[in-house]
Amino acid sequence: MSGTLSDRMGAALLMAPLLLFLVLAYAWPFLGVVKWSFTLPTPGLGQYHALLTDELVQSVFIRTLRIAAIVTVVSVTAAYAITVVWVRGSPVQRVLAEFCILVPFWISVLTRAFGWVALLSNRGLINTWLQSIGFISEPLTLVRNEFGVIVGMSHFLIPFAVFPLASAMRSLDERVLLAARGLGSSRMRTFWTVFVPMTRSGIIGSAMITFVFSLGFFVTPAILGGGRSVMIAELIYLRIFQSPDWGLGAAISVVLVVFVGALMALLFRYVKPKQLV
Amino acid sequence: MQQPGRAAEIKANGIGKSFGSFRALDNLSLDIGRGEFLTLLGPSGSGKTTFLMILAGFVQPSEGKLFSDGVDITNRPAEQRAAGMVFQGYALFPHMSVEQNIAFPLKVRKKSASEIKQRVGEMVERVGLKGHEKKLPAQLSGGQQQRVALARALVFEPGVLLLDEPFSALDKSLRGQMQAEMKRLHQETGTTFVFVTHDQSEALALSSRVAIFNHGKLLQVGRPDEVYDRPANRFVAEFLGEINMLPVKGVRPADNGATGLCEDRAVNMRCKAEAIKGDAILAIRPEDMSIAPEASVNQNGIAATAVASTYLGAATKLDLTTRQGAKVTVSVPNEVAAAALSKGNSVWLTWPAEKGFLLPDGGQ
Repeated sequence: MSGTLSDRMGAALLMAPLLLFLVLAYAWPFLGVVKWSFTLPTPGLGQYHALLTDELVQSVFIRTLRIAAIVTVVSVTAAYAITVVWVRGSPVQRVLAEFCILVPFWISVLTRAFGWVALLSNRGLINTWLQSIGFISEPLTLVRNEFGVIVGMSHFLIPFAVFPLASAMRSLDERVLLAARGLGSSRMRTFWTVFVPMTRSGIIGSAMITFVFSLGFFVTPAILGGGRSVMIAELIYLRIFQSPDWGLGAAISVVLVVFVGALMALLFRYVKPKQLV
Repeated sequence: MQQPGRAAEIKANGIGKSFGSFRALDNLSLDIGRGEFLTLLGPSGSGKTTFLMILAGFVQPSEGKLFSDGVDITNRPAEQRAAGMVFQGYALFPHMSVEQNIAFPLKVRKKSASEIKQRVGEMVERVGLKGHEKKLPAQLSGGQQQRVALARALVFEPGVLLLDEPFSALDKSLRGQMQAEMKRLHQETGTTFVFVTHDQSEALALSSRVAIFNHGKLLQVGRPDEVYDRPANRFVAEFLGEINMLPVKGVRPADNGATGLCEDRAVNMRCKAEAIKGDAILAIRPEDMSIAPEASVNQNGIAATAVASTYLGAATKLDLTTRQGAKVTVSVPNEVAAAALSKGNSVWLTWPAEKGFLLPDGGQ
């Protein structure tokens, strides 16, 4: 973007409060966390060494990556379908899709997690209903496990996955799709060979955002996982608030932040920030 | 589907299209001959692009029927019509290489890999893209992208090729080059070409016939020289190029044409005067008028004074005012213009009887 010097200074001034807040509330305290990771309980790389050997920490890391990957696939796929309707549907379909995308933003993450418990628990709506129609005799274990966590997290993340996709679909040249049809390609073929590849940057952006978000999830896995499906954020919480193991908690935090930072750097090699909104 | 390699014959019968209360196309009937190069010409919003989209199957007409080789294709979806199409801005697949773009319509038709390879190779050669096969569209110049679009639209040997202002993004010299190339491709393939443009010189230079549109109506169809020399009305006359309009009084039929009074002198016209009697408008192209020191009684001529000139290189455009105050523009050799201007007093404008024509709508 080009602008006069005063334009750019104006923009800098408008951004300054947010930047200042981020430095004071996040960057500065995080430096403290970095310091703990090297000093508690004794100075040195002991906690990072422990990370490499502690099987519990490693299994939580792997579970976190696995859940994040599954949630990403589920969310981006579902979001893609919704976005196609939102961007390319009839006016009525567009309004409906918009409603589905925006309403979840108004409901707190806690409310939504407990809502899923009510739906998925042994005596919840889904099990009761399936039993009443005789489809199952014993309740299915749908919650307090990885499945419940994936359902709850996907539900939360789908609206976030929509925006990069919508941006990519809106910037697509309609004539290219007409050209494909004019050359004899069916709607299905046009969708898979032209539409989907042309929204690639949106898919990458959407997947990265969902994946990065998933890595740091706390409330949803804590409630829907019921302690049986602990993810990395919950592990950090447990180390810092429920055991005197601040150093290990801090070291896990640092690793997580570095990992997420690397992912974001990778993302911005392929996608421009403005393509994500 | 049309048979590949065979030019299609298209018949539009009473085609109309409304977008809400806007009438984009009104009662259009037009026959497009096998292997013809037809240009749809008109200003923006005249309905020419809407008609092209109806031919392609992207727009469904509100009324009327469309036939291809005698078969009703009005309700046939675009993907089954097998018309090649070149879009404004080319609409290439940005994620596919030149080769993949051109192979697309063949892959859709499930041709064998060896046939695809062979035909894509031939097409690449024919449009002069050898050496660029692996490039993405974004790595090509405008003219090269244009060639890819043409190759992609022609590779499956469609019965008709539809072109929507394909040269609008190119600069003038490249445009001339692409026009020549398109003429060559038309001759080589023998396919029916339907070409949309708002550039009248492009239309006259390329087509076997020109169809002129305005306000959703087809005004006239004919060979380029027909529509240029004998426009059906004032809009067509003015849209195809500069033209002088002189009022004539007392028009009546005469020996092989018509006669009337223009600026109090008798003038003769070769066109029929059946529909036009009394006062009318005589139209003459600037290049059909000449400057003379005097005009004999049986020659068409009016007196005028030169007021300004514009040097155009090959010729000079001279603006004159007649005795009765009508403004006339003529295109004359440079030295004639200079002489007429320097004289300052009146000269004679003359024209052959067969070059002047009466506008049937009285010039309204």
